[in-house]
Amino acid sequence: MPIIQVENLSKIFGKQAKKATKYLDEGLSKEEILEKTGNTVGVNRASFNVEEGEIFVIMGLSGSGKSTLVRLVNRLIEPTEGSVYIDGQDLAKMDSKSLREVRREKLSMVFQRFALFPHRTILENAEFGLEVQGIDKEERQKKARESLEMVGLGGYINQFPSQLSGGMQQRVGLARALANDPEILLMDEAFSALDPLIRKEMQDELLELQESMQKTILFITHDLDEALRIGDRIALMKDGKIVQIGTPEEILVNPANDYVEKFVEDVDRSKVLTAEHIMKRPETVDIEKHGPRTALERMRKEGLSSIYVTDAKRKLHGYVMADDVAEAVKNDKKDLKDIMRTDILKVEKDTSMAEIFNLIHDAPVPVAVVENDRLQGIIVRGAVIAALAGNEVNLNGIDS
Amino acid sequence: MELIPKIPVAEWVSSFTDWVTDTFEPLFDFIKNDFGDFIEMFAEDWLMNIPIWLFIVVVGVIAFFISGKKLGLTAFSVVGLWFISNQELWEELMNTFTLVIFASLISVVIGVPFGIWMAKSRTVEKILTPILDFMQTMPAFVYLIPAVAFFSIGMVPGVAASVIFATPPTVRFTNLGIRQVSHELIEASDSFGTTNTQKLFKVQLPMAKKTIMAGINQTVMLALSMVVIASMIGAKGLGQTVITGLQRADVGTGFVAGLGIVILAIIIDRFTQNLNTQRGE
Repeated sequence: MPIIQVENLSKIFGKQAKKATKYLDEGLSKEEILEKTGNTVGVNRASFNVEEGEIFVIMGLSGSGKSTLVRLVNRLIEPTEGSVYIDGQDLAKMDSKSLREVRREKLSMVFQRFALFPHRTILENAEFGLEVQGIDKEERQKKARESLEMVGLGGYINQFPSQLSGGMQQRVGLARALANDPEILLMDEAFSALDPLIRKEMQDELLELQESMQKTILFITHDLDEALRIGDRIALMKDGKIVQIGTPEEILVNPANDYVEKFVEDVDRSKVLTAEHIMKRPETVDIEKHGPRTALERMRKEGLSSIYVTDAKRKLHGYVMADDVAEAVKNDKKDLKDIMRTDILKVEKDTSMAEIFNLIHDAPVPVAVVENDRLQGIIVRGAVIAALAGNEVNLNGIDS
Repeated sequence: MELIPKIPVAEWVSSFTDWVTDTFEPLFDFIKNDFGDFIEMFAEDWLMNIPIWLFIVVVGVIAFFISGKKLGLTAFSVVGLWFISNQELWEELMNTFTLVIFASLISVVIGVPFGIWMAKSRTVEKILTPILDFMQTMPAFVYLIPAVAFFSIGMVPGVAASVIFATPPTVRFTNLGIRQVSHELIEASDSFGTTNTQKLFKVQLPMAKKTIMAGINQTVMLALSMVVIASMIGAKGLGQTVITGLQRADVGTGFVAGLGIVILAIIIDRFTQNLNTQRGE
């Protein structure tokens, strides 16, 4: 069962919520509803599931309703309609006591502008959640210290937030959220207020932490690069509506509509797309069964200047060049092994295009994509360039 | 215009005051007698029994430490207090000090909770704001009249009138201070599952402390400004000396007593301001 289940969740800001929801059902746009009722549609019937241990990114421009949506998930904002299930319990229907329990035990939030308490030291900030739960001082300080150490701030516990840089303040924000050991981490534009270098550093650290923590993270951002970098799955929002949910690759490769397509237009694809997306089905010859003659024939037919040599289990052995094969045929040699070259350029399926780009630019033959030494596909120079330019790429590489 | 006879507002207020006086007589008597005795005891048996030199030294030492070990405030306090004792106004000073202390304490004890209530509810804010305006703009002399009706004359009605006049800044600033706490911090507090009480004591009040203290400073100053007015209904202290000077057209006496009030005002003001520091700044 998904740990977070959001069903038909809507938020209307204003006094005529009922009327506005009716208009929503009739399919009126956000602008039309604003004109008719004076009410703003914050979130428009959003539904999604987040699985345990997943980083789910909600991505949209300002005003798209993403910050409202995350606040509906821990009910900092009361939903107008719909349900939010956390571990199967509907948050929207809870009384305030049970809601407090859920917030204390299951959900922690990290804020865009850190929201640290300026009158409390770093340690006191980190222990806030535990203090609220009534855990005794010694234990909560121990946990808070551990959590501060995890984000690399063990030496700053007696400083005040105003004495720390932005990046360090957000580490405190993260430590404060983690000290509770929540199941779910809500991160509302957590890195958006940081400068680009620090932001990247924090993203890396979050991913690193996540490897050991395995929390469920709901991450809000307006930065597509950030979304693609850290998200296992991404939900794209526009005007309060979720327009597409998918893995980073799916969103890049198969945008659901023009809006998404336009959105992803400027993405640095080299960081997102991997070898798997641009590889082609390889032509091969079998090292046991085939000789130079067959190799030459296949190359001629496909117009290739080289061909990879595998065995029956697709294990990659090497490649042969057309010139060498022609020479071998002329000299009536029977064995491919004699002319096979083994200086193969190999990459894994998940190697990023940026790396492939460096490899391929002076490679004499296509780059081989392997998995456990078995040939999965080949990448030719043209495919890399086409993919970077945003042209169609095949999602599955080879369809075998 | 002649069609509408004069509306008997004055009569209504008078009969209302009479009704309150009669109805709450036991309470007023209790306050008048027991609280009055306590105030008197505080001023005459305690404060006035402290040797003057000891009092001055203690104030000087406190001034030295709260002003961050600077000499200015210390020197001013010591010289100022010595001057008042030199002018043979020490007893009056102690009485005035007592009136200010009690009026301020009661104002804060009443004002802060009302400020919190006002910050938590828009309706309460809407109701209280005009009442506070009324309390502050009504000429302070007017408060003396019901104060006398309830508590006859002396220190107690002086304190009562001062409280009415001096409470509004504490209420207003408490409300303001709590409302000024940023929305994001409130969200942060809520997101960790705080109860309303936890939020108030762990986040809102500590964050509003500086503003609330500024309000308390105002309250103390307003209480001090009531000293002269309260002495018209028999509250002892420097104010009484001013009034005596006025009645006898004795400029000198009035001026010296006035100077005493100014010195006390400056000392109290600097003390409360210096105590107003916020953690983490």
